[in-house]
Amino acid sequence: MTLRATLLFTFVLLLFVGTGFYQSWNVALTIFNMGLISAIMALGVNMQWGYAGLFNVGVMGFVALGGLGAVLVSMPPNAEAITAGGLRVLAGLSLGAATVIAAIFAYRKGGRFAGWLTAGILLAGFFLFRAVLDPGVDAIEAVNPARAGNIGGLGLPVLLSWPVGGLLAAGAAWIIGKVALGLRSDYLAIATLGIAEIVIAMMKNEDWLARGVKNVIGVPRPVPYEVDLQASESFVESVTGFGVDPVTASTIAVKLAYTGLFAVVLLVLVWLAQTALASPWGRMMRAIRDNEVAAEAMGKDVTARHLQIFILGSAVCGLAGAMMTTLDGQLTPGTYQPLRYTFLIWVMVIVGGQGNNLGAVLGGFLVWWLWVQVEPMGALLMNGITAGMADGSWLKGHLLESVAHMRLLTMGLILLLVLRFSPRGLLPER
Amino acid sequence: MEPLNALVALTNFVIIPATAYGSQLALGALGVTLIYGILRFSNFAHGDTMALGTTAVILTTWGLQSAGINFGPLPTALLALPVGIAVCALLLLGTDRLVYRFYRAKKAVPVIFVIASLGVMFVYNGLTRFIIGPEDQRFADGERFLVSARGFREATGLDEALVIRTTQAITVVVAVIVVAILFWFLNRTRTGKSMRAYSDNEDLALLSGINPEKVVAYTWLIVAALATIAGTLYGLDKSFRPFTYFQLLLPIFAAAIVGGLGSPLGAIAGGFVIAFAEVTITYPLKAVLGYALPDGWEPDGLVQLLSTDYKFAVSFVILLIVLLFRPTGLFAGKSV
Repeated sequence: MTLRATLLFTFVLLLFVGTGFYQSWNVALTIFNMGLISAIMALGVNMQWGYAGLFNVGVMGFVALGGLGAVLVSMPPNAEAITAGGLRVLAGLSLGAATVIAAIFAYRKGGRFAGWLTAGILLAGFFLFRAVLDPGVDAIEAVNPARAGNIGGLGLPVLLSWPVGGLLAAGAAWIIGKVALGLRSDYLAIATLGIAEIVIAMMKNEDWLARGVKNVIGVPRPVPYEVDLQASESFVESVTGFGVDPVTASTIAVKLAYTGLFAVVLLVLVWLAQTALASPWGRMMRAIRDNEVAAEAMGKDVTARHLQIFILGSAVCGLAGAMMTTLDGQLTPGTYQPLRYTFLIWVMVIVGGQGNNLGAVLGGFLVWWLWVQVEPMGALLMNGITAGMADGSWLKGHLLESVAHMRLLTMGLILLLVLRFSPRGLLPER
Repeated sequence: MEPLNALVALTNFVIIPATAYGSQLALGALGVTLIYGILRFSNFAHGDTMALGTTAVILTTWGLQSAGINFGPLPTALLALPVGIAVCALLLLGTDRLVYRFYRAKKAVPVIFVIASLGVMFVYNGLTRFIIGPEDQRFADGERFLVSARGFREATGLDEALVIRTTQAITVVVAVIVVAILFWFLNRTRTGKSMRAYSDNEDLALLSGINPEKVVAYTWLIVAALATIAGTLYGLDKSFRPFTYFQLLLPIFAAAIVGGLGSPLGAIAGGFVIAFAEVTITYPLKAVLGYALPDGWEPDGLVQLLSTDYKFAVSFVILLIVLLFRPTGLFAGKSV
């Protein structure tokens, strides 16, 4: 680590410590935990953009798929629903996959009538798919719709869901990459933007999968519950020994446990990413990014390497998504918004330093802290501005009410300013 | 089997809404495609530009309404359009001066412009929410229907009714006028020709003495007009909500790419392709098929191919098909 990096990381750490002293340690830890997850997302985007120059604006979709993974792995299975329609849904989905594979095969081998054959297979396959799938879906959703109405999960430990979330995102990335990589960068951007919207639409509507907008709550935790800690005599004894209120102590202890788990993941990922970047593979990636034609002339398979890094980066985003759902303890598809889960991550990468893993991590923490703190700061500012105005005046009310929207404005300004005056970010690549 | 009723139902539920939506998408896509052709980047802030322009129109409309001014049977918002366009133009020119010009002078790669447009998108989005709030706003007034359900039934004696809302008719009429003026401008005037020359070959255009800053300024002016009109028409026809406008980005880009980025004619065609596909695939066709098929053949289900929530999927799939098989779009736009 250079002096600059050390100084900047110390500064960010001071921001969190300051939050702890001036607001509360609970708030500071809440922001820090989400900062850890944001840093992992930023790391994923940085792999795609910083190493390889792939413009992925579908981060939200991969994050949401990771969250879906967390639910599908860790929730207890809903046996009744699975017997009601599980087989049918499985058959329907396999039929759908078979249709697509058959269509691709027909297109490649169909000879003169390839186009018509493919279209015919897709059309017939779609109706067959719906005919098989829909009754199964209805059967599942009819089982206890107020509390369940979905297939549930595998009932495995939630920690296992993190890599699974990454795998789900990786699978989606493979499909997108197969289609959209090799097109121009703008087209990849639009394609990923579209995929993210479709993933969210699917998660909102397919109630049988994860209850859609009815939300899945009570995702199992990898750490103890606060109430259990408060009920445990040894815990209460040891914290009262330090003179701390057991309720506060238990909330902080739980958050610290999450911090520990997330920090391990982040450190491992940073180590892996740094090692990879310093290896011959990393050099090749940067060579491809800087000059595709020259790299291709040296015998490097550019499309395959792009696909590889696209999948890796998306998997990291999916992993972060699963971690986020675990931290929240719930999956709420209605709250996934591209500004927050795609473009904010981009601000993190650009501000932190594209192409530099430590930069992305720094950006993740810093921008997330700002995103949370801009609102109270804006409220203070607005209170100052409107202090002179008459109480109850229209303008005063409007200004105070609109403070919540200050953060979007601020993030945009930060992105534009960094891009203009320090285009390589706070921690430049080299 | 009642072909006439089937035709009326199809017109009412698919053709009319899709034509209005297609006109709105076409105007939006024209803005995107012009920026792409002249400034050579995909402007992610376009949806929010539309939202800001519409915000100006809505505020002016409210001002006019409270001053007691209205446009008779037409929506007052049409009177407010020039103000909205002027505000939007000032905003875009200011943004260009503060943000994009710097990168133009540095000859930055297109993707840097795209990232800058992400920043602009955040700022516009925040501004819109700051000024008018994130909620739904309705600002349509004047006559609601051009052809009402009852009037149509009484006039024709058919079971199925045809409804044309004023806003739908206005959308199509305004879009036709705007497109006519735009094409006249691009093909007949000196400035329009210099814009096309600049889009076709920047170096040659510079050699022949075309002032690039002037071309860029005119582009932003036209884009401001297109975005504000498209946004206002969409808001009149449906309703105004900042987040919806942000989401319009996807169908608009799909339309521009399907038509061929950089090609104005393609943007219009793309807009209608996307709109018709979205509406047909997400509309329950039971009513239409019930009339169109022989007796006893009526479908049991709704015959809705996809739920409306998947309308993005439709634009996306069309986009992918075009990208895979005809990467330059229907009307060969800029090469890939």
